[in-house]
Amino acid sequence: MKKLEDILLQSSPFEEILMGNQAIVRAMIETHTRVVTSYPGSPTPEIASAIYSIPDEKRPFYFEFSVNEKVATEVAFGAALNGNLSCVFFKSVGLNVALDSFVQLPLMNIIGGMVLVIGDDPGANSSQNEQDNRNVYKMSRVTVFEPANPAEAYAYYKHAAALAVREQTIVVLRLTTHVCHARQKISFKKVEAGPDYRHDFHCENGPYIALTSMALEMKKKSMEKLEKCLAYTVAHQINQVIGSSSSQKKGVIVSGLAYLSLMDALEKSHYQPDILKLGVIHPLEKTGILAFLKEHDQVLVLEELDNLLELEIKTMAYDAKLGCKIIGKTRSDDYIGEYTPDKVYAILQRVWPDLLPEREKGVRLNMEVPPRPAQMCPGCGHRSAFFAIKKALEKEDVTVADIGCHTLGYMPPYNLGEILLCMGASSGMASGLALKNTEKRVVAFLGDSTFFHAGLPGLINTVFNNHNITLILMENKTTAMTGHQDHAGEKVDIKTLLKALGIDHVVRCDTYNHKKLTGQVKDAMAVKGISVVIASHPCMLKFTRMRQKKEGYVQQHVTIDPSQCNQSHICLSQFGCPSFRRSEDGQVDINLDLCIGDGSCRVTCPKNAIGFDKGEQ
Amino acid sequence: MNPFNIHITGVGGQGIGLLSQALLRGIDHAGITAIAVDTHGLAQRGGVVVSRIRCGRNIHSPLIRAHEADLVIGMEVHEAMRALEAAIRQKGTLVYLDATWQPLPVRLGDKREITSGHILNVCQAADVQAICVDSTHIKDARMQNMALLGTLARHQVIPGVDRAHYHQALADLLIGKMLEENAAIFNAYAG
Repeated sequence: MKKLEDILLQSSPFEEILMGNQAIVRAMIETHTRVVTSYPGSPTPEIASAIYSIPDEKRPFYFEFSVNEKVATEVAFGAALNGNLSCVFFKSVGLNVALDSFVQLPLMNIIGGMVLVIGDDPGANSSQNEQDNRNVYKMSRVTVFEPANPAEAYAYYKHAAALAVREQTIVVLRLTTHVCHARQKISFKKVEAGPDYRHDFHCENGPYIALTSMALEMKKKSMEKLEKCLAYTVAHQINQVIGSSSSQKKGVIVSGLAYLSLMDALEKSHYQPDILKLGVIHPLEKTGILAFLKEHDQVLVLEELDNLLELEIKTMAYDAKLGCKIIGKTRSDDYIGEYTPDKVYAILQRVWPDLLPEREKGVRLNMEVPPRPAQMCPGCGHRSAFFAIKKALEKEDVTVADIGCHTLGYMPPYNLGEILLCMGASSGMASGLALKNTEKRVVAFLGDSTFFHAGLPGLINTVFNNHNITLILMENKTTAMTGHQDHAGEKVDIKTLLKALGIDHVVRCDTYNHKKLTGQVKDAMAVKGISVVIASHPCMLKFTRMRQKKEGYVQQHVTIDPSQCNQSHICLSQFGCPSFRRSEDGQVDINLDLCIGDGSCRVTCPKNAIGFDKGEQ
Repeated sequence: MNPFNIHITGVGGQGIGLLSQALLRGIDHAGITAIAVDTHGLAQRGGVVVSRIRCGRNIHSPLIRAHEADLVIGMEVHEAMRALEAAIRQKGTLVYLDATWQPLPVRLGDKREITSGHILNVCQAADVQAICVDSTHIKDARMQNMALLGTLARHQVIPGVDRAHYHQALADLLIGKMLEENAAIFNAYAG
């Protein structure tokens, strides 16, 4: 077996198939990145899994999951002030959390250099929105590389690191979901011996304090730095022109995954427009872009999400008095979703109707395929919690969700957690909903990893301002949604912390104990002011995977006794574990591939028809 | 080789990741250029998981345009049917497991379950070659993917990729008892 650890640590050059996220880790090693920090979030968690594939003692850099993205950014920055090349990585919306610190960084003289690897999520594959973080980079004056595939992700990280070290600044590597998760064969370079950890902080390297008078001077310096960064990217020809003989005088300016979609479409085209592929999307290389515009009558700016390139390129053309027609976004749909090969094909057909042949038609079904909404796993403690909590609530009570697996409580059959903003927002929203409200009681949900991430300030505010809410802390002892990363709860006991905050009513209950949990929620909701119920059960996906690895493990399942079952279907319609199957005549049985034999469903049956089998190895 | 597009679909937890990686590496061992990508937003939570592999010359994006998959591999009946509508090209090939993980609306009694019979009817009408793989006797659901891999090898569904290449791929990805058990199922289906 080819172990990822061995692949990543190989010292001589080699070729290997890796995922974009994994290739980044090899680039970290080759560039002697010394300190890496993160908070887990899709599409970047495989960067961390690749790092964890290397045992601590062999890992050539320090790594931590910090408590949130802002803290992760600050830790990486601190380490870089000591002269260590550092890297922080997180998902798209993580930048919102980190922003307060991030916008200051280009003002600073970061002597070790720093790279932000951000996983944007056009199409909102696994995020609450598809925000275009490119909007932030103009404001913060930072250089941004955008690769289109894993090989470029590897190469551009190395560029970003080299530039960050050279100019003592922060540089961004912008990935998107299908660049992070793509796999291809990549040629890797050798690893040279690198420096040890440094501790060279000296305030003379600064200034590092942006007091009002200094802030403007620091801004001026950051602008000069950005010019130098631009010169580096020009010298290394990161942007590329493909083709130079378009008889039609048509061109396309494009970057990232949209470039690959364009190239695929042009495999079938009647003629070939020239392409300017941008590898650096901020700051823009004016000279190269103007030269490209001058050579063409029409240029399409093919740009995923917002129209930032389009506006800036149009401005350049206006200033240079160019007559080239620049085609950008024309309707709202152009701003929405990933620029997949399908989407790009349709845009090209619309812009240049003579460019591409009509598409082939597909297979038609004469029946509907039932949708498959995401749901909680078999045995999930959250399912038991929602089943029990629902019994404690009145119809008019308001339930507020937060980010995490428990957000799925909104789906049928539970329909709990009706409002969602972002990490840690539930207590604050619930407090607002509860203000001067004597008609509806308000319950907020919050996961344990999110509690530490951004949940604490909102909760402290409920204490400080005497808000009347019940918080149900959905504790599963891990960061489950993103693949089971550890969190601060390993060292900090939540109940002790809540008590220390001055919250008097704090109780904890295992969620499999449905009756007790229902009672505890009822009691908590009768309390005036803040009350907390910790609804606790370990993540069963994680727990079952660990159990199955043990030699001689016997997998038990539940069974349904058909002579007892009266087809009340409570197990299906109110509890809703995916392991239950329903046949056309209404009979219920168990999908043995899914059932983990936890038995959390047994108490839901009024006829006690659910039992256990003997298990199988 | 012209571009050959493979769309793999199933439900989170079915072992689609290993199948996709084994295919990608098998194709690579056959000396054919290949790229792949997984889409697994909430796959761990019983959602749909899709993986795509593209191989041959002049391939760029790992994503495949609608109705341009030469081969659809379905690990579950509902997802195989969904991919027939969304992914497969006319006269393409479908290889699927006769396994059913009921979606929530079926369990709630709101929607009708899709069966293997429905799939065969659609394939016949649309001139899609369908190969149904019976894996009901494989106790560990996570190894049912090997039944699919073996069937792909047996029928040489991916041009130029044979049994030996898949064996090399499995040896890249697995070790010890896991390799033995998976390879045994693969062999049984590869014939």
